Amino acid sequence: MYAQMVKSTGKGLKSRKEMTPEEGRFQDRIDAGEKIEPKDWMPDGYRQTLIRQIGQHAHSEIVGQLPEGNWITRAPTLSRKLILLAKVQDEAGHGLYLYCAAETLGVSRDELTEALHTGRMKYSSIFNYPTLTWADIGAIGWLVDGAAIMNQVPLQRTSYGPYARAMVRICKEESFHQRQGYDIMMKMANGTEAQRAMAQDALNRFWYPSLMMFGPSDKDSVHSAQSMAWKIKINTNDELRQKFVDQTVPQAEYLGLTIPDNDLKYNKKTGHYEFSDPDWTEFFEVLKGNGPCNRERLGARVKAWDDGAWVRDGLMAHAVKHSAKIAAE
Amino acid sequence: MTQQEALFEFLLRLGDTTLILGHRVSEWCGHGPVLEEDIALANTALDLIGQTQLWLGLAAEVEGKGRTADDLAYHRDAWDFRNLLIAERPNGDFGHTIMRQFLYDAWSSLILFRLSGSTDPGIAAIAQKAGKEVTYHLERSADLCIRLGDGTEESHRRMQDALDALWPYTGEMFLGDDADAVLVETGIAPDPDDLRADWDATVSRLESEGTLTLPDSSFAQTGGKTGRHSEHLGYILAEMQWLQRAYPGATW
Repeated sequence: MYAQMVKSTGKGLKSRKEMTPEEGRFQDRIDAGEKIEPKDWMPDGYRQTLIRQIGQHAHSEIVGQLPEGNWITRAPTLSRKLILLAKVQDEAGHGLYLYCAAETLGVSRDELTEALHTGRMKYSSIFNYPTLTWADIGAIGWLVDGAAIMNQVPLQRTSYGPYARAMVRICKEESFHQRQGYDIMMKMANGTEAQRAMAQDALNRFWYPSLMMFGPSDKDSVHSAQSMAWKIKINTNDELRQKFVDQTVPQAEYLGLTIPDNDLKYNKKTGHYEFSDPDWTEFFEVLKGNGPCNRERLGARVKAWDDGAWVRDGLMAHAVKHSAKIAAE
Repeated sequence: MTQQEALFEFLLRLGDTTLILGHRVSEWCGHGPVLEEDIALANTALDLIGQTQLWLGLAAEVEGKGRTADDLAYHRDAWDFRNLLIAERPNGDFGHTIMRQFLYDAWSSLILFRLSGSTDPGIAAIAQKAGKEVTYHLERSADLCIRLGDGTEESHRRMQDALDALWPYTGEMFLGDDADAVLVETGIAPDPDDLRADWDATVSRLESEGTLTLPDSSFAQTGGKTGRHSEHLGYILAEMQWLQRAYPGATW
C-alpha cells in the first residue's frame, strides 16, 4: 500500500454525459473488466493518476528499506539476519518492478527519483517512524506489511495491466514478509519479560501509524471516487482499515499483547471491531515533512543518490567508450 | 597442533571472513548508488551470511563442544575472530567497497574451487555450493572495477585510491602457518601460497582492462588469521553482538 492521498484529476468524477466518445469507450472497457495496456488509449487523468500512485508506491518500497535496514547489522541471530536481508532486498526489487510499471506510462525512473528528492512526490507516512528495538522489525512485518497486503491484494485486479501483474508477484512476497514479522513477534511475546515489553512497546508505537497507512477517512478522501471508477483503487480507505483491524485484533490477542485503544470493542451485530481513529493532525504533519524521521529518510536517499553520481557517470562513460571501440573495430 | 585444532582454526578463518565481510556489505542496504546495485549488494551480503552459517556450523561441529554457528558468531570476542583483515576494512565510498569485494572474490573463488575437491566431504560440499555464488560475485565485482577504472577521470581516480589503500591487505590471503600445513598434508585444504599466481592473473585485469596501476609493493598487513585485528573489528562486534550480549539467555 504505500499510496496515500494520491491526487486524481482534481475535477471530480465525470458523468457519462460529460465524457467524450473516447472517454466513454475507455470507461466501457474498464466496466467490462478489461485490462488497459501501455499502448492503449487512456485519458490523461488516468495516466497521471497512475504515475502518481505507482510512483509513490515505488518510492515507499525504496525508502522502506531504511527503517528495516537499520537493524540488519544488529539482527540477533544469523538466521534472522538472513531473513531480514532477503526481505529488504525484496523491497528494493518491488521498487524496481514498480518503477518499470511506471515507465510503461511514459515517465522515466530518473524523473520519478528527482520528484521524490525534491519533495514533489511522497512516500508512505509509515516510513517516517523510527525503528527503536528489534521488536519493531517484527511489528513492521506484522502490521505494516499486513496493512500493505490489505491494499495490494485487491490491486492485483486493478485495471492497468502492468501494475496488476507487478502486484501479483509483490503480494506473494509480502505475505512471506508478514509471516516473518509475526514470527518475530511470537518469539518476543513468548520470550523474557524484556522481550515482551519490547513487543508491547512496538505495538503501541506502530498501531496508529499503521491505521494511517490506509489514508484519511472516506468522507475526507477527495480523490477516491475517480480512482474507483477507473479501478485504480478497488476498495475505500475505511473498508480496508476495518478489514485490517478485524484481522489484526485476534492476532494481537493470540500474542497476549494489548492494542493501545481503550475504546476498542467487538460489535456482535456488525461482526466488526469498533476502534478509535488515529490522530489525523499527526498524519497531516507527517505528510508535510514533520514526522520523527522525514528529514533523515529523505536525506539518506538524496545522499545515496548524490554520492553515487560518480559511479553512474563512470559506468555511462565506460559504456560510451566501449561502444565507440566496438564501432571502430 | 592436532588435525582437529587445525581444522577448527581453518573453518573459523573462512566463516569469520564471510561473516565480517557480509556485515560490512550489509551496511550499504538502502544507500547504494543505483537501485540495481542496492539489490546486488544486499544479495552479496545474503550469500556471505549464508556461507557463514555453513562454515561456522561445521566449525562448531568439528569443535565438538556443543556450540552452534550463532554461539561462535555472537559470543566470541575480537581476539577469537580469525577473519582476514581485508574483511573488516571500512566501506569507504562505493569504489572501496567494490574493490575490496573484487580482491576478496578473486581469492575466494580460487580457494573454493580447490576446496570443492577437498578430502573432507563436509568442506567439499560447502565449497561447491558457495563456489557457485562466488563465481557470480566475481563476475560482477570484476566487471564493475574494470568499468569504473576505465570510466571517467573521477571514477578512475577513486578506483586507483581504493586499490592503493586495500593492496596491503591482500598479502595475508597467501600466507600459510602451522594450521594450513596440517591441512595441506592431508589434502583437506590447499597451500595458501599456491593460489597466488592465479590470483595475480585475475587481478591483473585491473591493469589490462581497467587501466589501473597495481601497486609495486609486496608488504602485507597481517594478524587477522591469528586474532590480531584492526581497531575496526571491535566496533563491528559491538554492533553485531549487542542484543545477544545485552539479553543473555533470550531466544530470538
